[in-house]
Amino acid sequence: MNQVQNFEIFAPKLVDRKEYFSAGHRACQGCGEVLALRHILKALGDDVVVANATGCMEIISSGYPQSAWEIPYVHVAFENAAAVGSGVEAALKALRRKGRIADRYVKTIAVAGDGGTCDIGLQALSGAMERGHDMIFFCLDNEAYMNTGIQRSSATPFMAATTTSPAGHAIPGQRTQKKNVPEIMVAHKVPYVATACPSYPLDLINKVKKAAAVKGPAYVHVFSMCPTGWRCASEITIKMGRLVVETGVFPLYEVENGKYRLTMEVPEKLRPVGDYLKPQGRFRHLTPSDIEMIQEHVNREWEILMNKVECIQPW
Amino acid sequence: MGKRVGMEVAIAAAEAVALCNIDVAAVYPITPQSHIAEHMADIIHDGRIDAEFITVESEHSAISACAGASAAGARAYTATSSQGLMLMHEILPIVSAMRLPVCMANANRAVSGPLNIWNDHTDIMPQRDSGWISLFVENGQEAIDLSIMSFKIAEDPEVMLPCVVNIDGFQLTHMIEPLELPSQAEVAKFLPPRKAFAQLHPDNPISMGCFAMPDTYTETVKAKEVALRGAKKVVTRVFGEWAKRFGRKYGVVETYRAKDADTLMLTMGSMGETAATAVDEMRKAGRKVGLVKLRLWRPLPVEELKAAVQGCKTLIVMDRAISTGGAGGPVATDVKSILYGEKKKPRVLNVIAGLGGRDLTVGDFVAMFDLAKKKKDETFELYGVRE
Amino acid sequence: MAKKKTEQQKWPETWQELNPGCMVFAAGNAANYKTGSWKSQRPLWDNAKCIKCGICYIFCPEGCIQETQEGFYEANLDYCKGCGICAHECWPGAIVMREEEE
Repeated sequence: MNQVQNFEIFAPKLVDRKEYFSAGHRACQGCGEVLALRHILKALGDDVVVANATGCMEIISSGYPQSAWEIPYVHVAFENAAAVGSGVEAALKALRRKGRIADRYVKTIAVAGDGGTCDIGLQALSGAMERGHDMIFFCLDNEAYMNTGIQRSSATPFMAATTTSPAGHAIPGQRTQKKNVPEIMVAHKVPYVATACPSYPLDLINKVKKAAAVKGPAYVHVFSMCPTGWRCASEITIKMGRLVVETGVFPLYEVENGKYRLTMEVPEKLRPVGDYLKPQGRFRHLTPSDIEMIQEHVNREWEILMNKVECIQPW
Repeated sequence: MGKRVGMEVAIAAAEAVALCNIDVAAVYPITPQSHIAEHMADIIHDGRIDAEFITVESEHSAISACAGASAAGARAYTATSSQGLMLMHEILPIVSAMRLPVCMANANRAVSGPLNIWNDHTDIMPQRDSGWISLFVENGQEAIDLSIMSFKIAEDPEVMLPCVVNIDGFQLTHMIEPLELPSQAEVAKFLPPRKAFAQLHPDNPISMGCFAMPDTYTETVKAKEVALRGAKKVVTRVFGEWAKRFGRKYGVVETYRAKDADTLMLTMGSMGETAATAVDEMRKAGRKVGLVKLRLWRPLPVEELKAAVQGCKTLIVMDRAISTGGAGGPVATDVKSILYGEKKKPRVLNVIAGLGGRDLTVGDFVAMFDLAKKKKDETFELYGVRE
Repeated sequence: MAKKKTEQQKWPETWQELNPGCMVFAAGNAANYKTGSWKSQRPLWDNAKCIKCGICYIFCPEGCIQETQEGFYEANLDYCKGCGICAHECWPGAIVMREEEE
């Protein structure tokens, strides 16, 4: 049970005590995504403007006439978080330069789910990153279009059951592997790209701070545990976030100017992937040979990542 | 009075916007708007104005970036046409619902399919219900004047709505006309930097773009409707101020030789000038004809329009778009609708012409007046179609 | 134009009462909605076992676990949804979930 490292015991004392996202929001019980958002905002502080795509975080937080956001917030539509963020960033730049707002640095961030990032939002994200806006893009990845009722996205893992990739007799769940958007971001030469998980809050906070320090584009892909959509108990949310990392399914790493670095302890051996899959209802139709197939894939991907960590030099 | 120089209208429109102290321009090129985008780029890259120029990757992102910029308190501008405007369609009603005074130039162009890059109004008509203020210009000077005025109208605290200025693509955007640009000092006096009603900044955190449950949505529709209708008053006021400062008078509805006319024609956009030449010719020949020019398309200036058209016996309503499978052209449908309850109303003939860039000559307009003399009431006449 | 969180508690009735553009000026006023009614179980701390590490505070998705004067922790039951994460993560086992009575 001893999953918590010693330093994590004392580090909660160092976390910013201010809440930037008020309780009273309508997230599900045990929502890993809102927990991630809570810590992202703690890491960023007050001087932030957020452009949010339609999705879980938007719906649970901004039903008129209430808002859970203690920081300036704008929502426009589903696929344009990065484009709206680009406009906000440009406006803040111009207005500060022209002396129409306070002369102090304010960070623009865009927050979207896996739908608003990997699928319908991919074009706007690519455009914004290519143009080099001083903006952090956060993908809060709960691995499906959860807000609209658990439909598959390109971030849904192989064989997971969703309402548009159900575990049927002919086709058992999602047919494709998870789209690797952090890799796409590295290909855009984004100076800071990272994966994070709220089960490792200090790692997440450090990465957010590193992303914020970049005066240019940055991308953080945050694994967001979803007990509702994955059909598991709400109290094991944090445990699922640890299992996904320990099994190598979602490795924690960062890419700074092209140089890959693992931010997790490299295990002697990855934990068997079945430990992660078995508690989740979305994988309950998997046979032992399915799990073996998934294990092979995880091992292969892990090797590819290790090669990058060892071999690739910074730009 | 300033000096008039020969200028391409698209270039002049960009120059006019450059006088307006914009903060952010997000543009994606499309024929025939591209000269506006390119000239805006020239102006900003040469450092002639202090603004951020975002070369977005699509029109959807162009309007989204403008929405974000406007929400953050910036004066934001974009320009597009046809397919680009159609791609923006999803976001247009959001911009107006969020009360963001984004200004846009639309170089009117036919909508696909089939693909056609030439002028008509089929691109702006699907945006009728989007809650944007929509103005039409007839010539290059109007393009300059209304581009500048659009910011003042949009940002007025009683309005706070986005505004599109329609400039006929190629027919007008690519014409070289003798034009007068007001000076930077004059425009600065007329149009101070934007003071937003609310903006995104940590000094005063607010949330914009919240969603509305069924128990609230109807009230938001009412609020938006009242705001858009109220914009007409502000448009008239700004037109009045412009006339005082620059000597050029504009009205939401304008008439030309309409006083004793028994047949009137209603036009929108650049064809009005050609129609006016036809009216002059016919008047010389003794015919009692005149023109009504609709400058403010949305909000529809109901009272002014009724007053302008009620007096005649026959009204020809020109449309450069059709509502396929519907009751004719969009302008005629609206006009018939507002006249329906009136005791005194003219016979209305809807002529749909000039689609996909097909040229309309003075002779064509004379032919339409002739048609009005003979034709029985039909839903609409698709002028010039080869049967 | 800064408004306090406690304002804007009245849900708008007429269209004139709506803020333009459905803007919310009172940042964080979602706090007026007490999600505590959602829970079917509530967390109880045994301070004898608590080592004051703060992990429960860190992992609460609501952010409703607060530090007491003595440095122990308790959930704000107005917002606690009873998800059970705190009890599951508390490694000295100082938190138990108890079924709601009614």
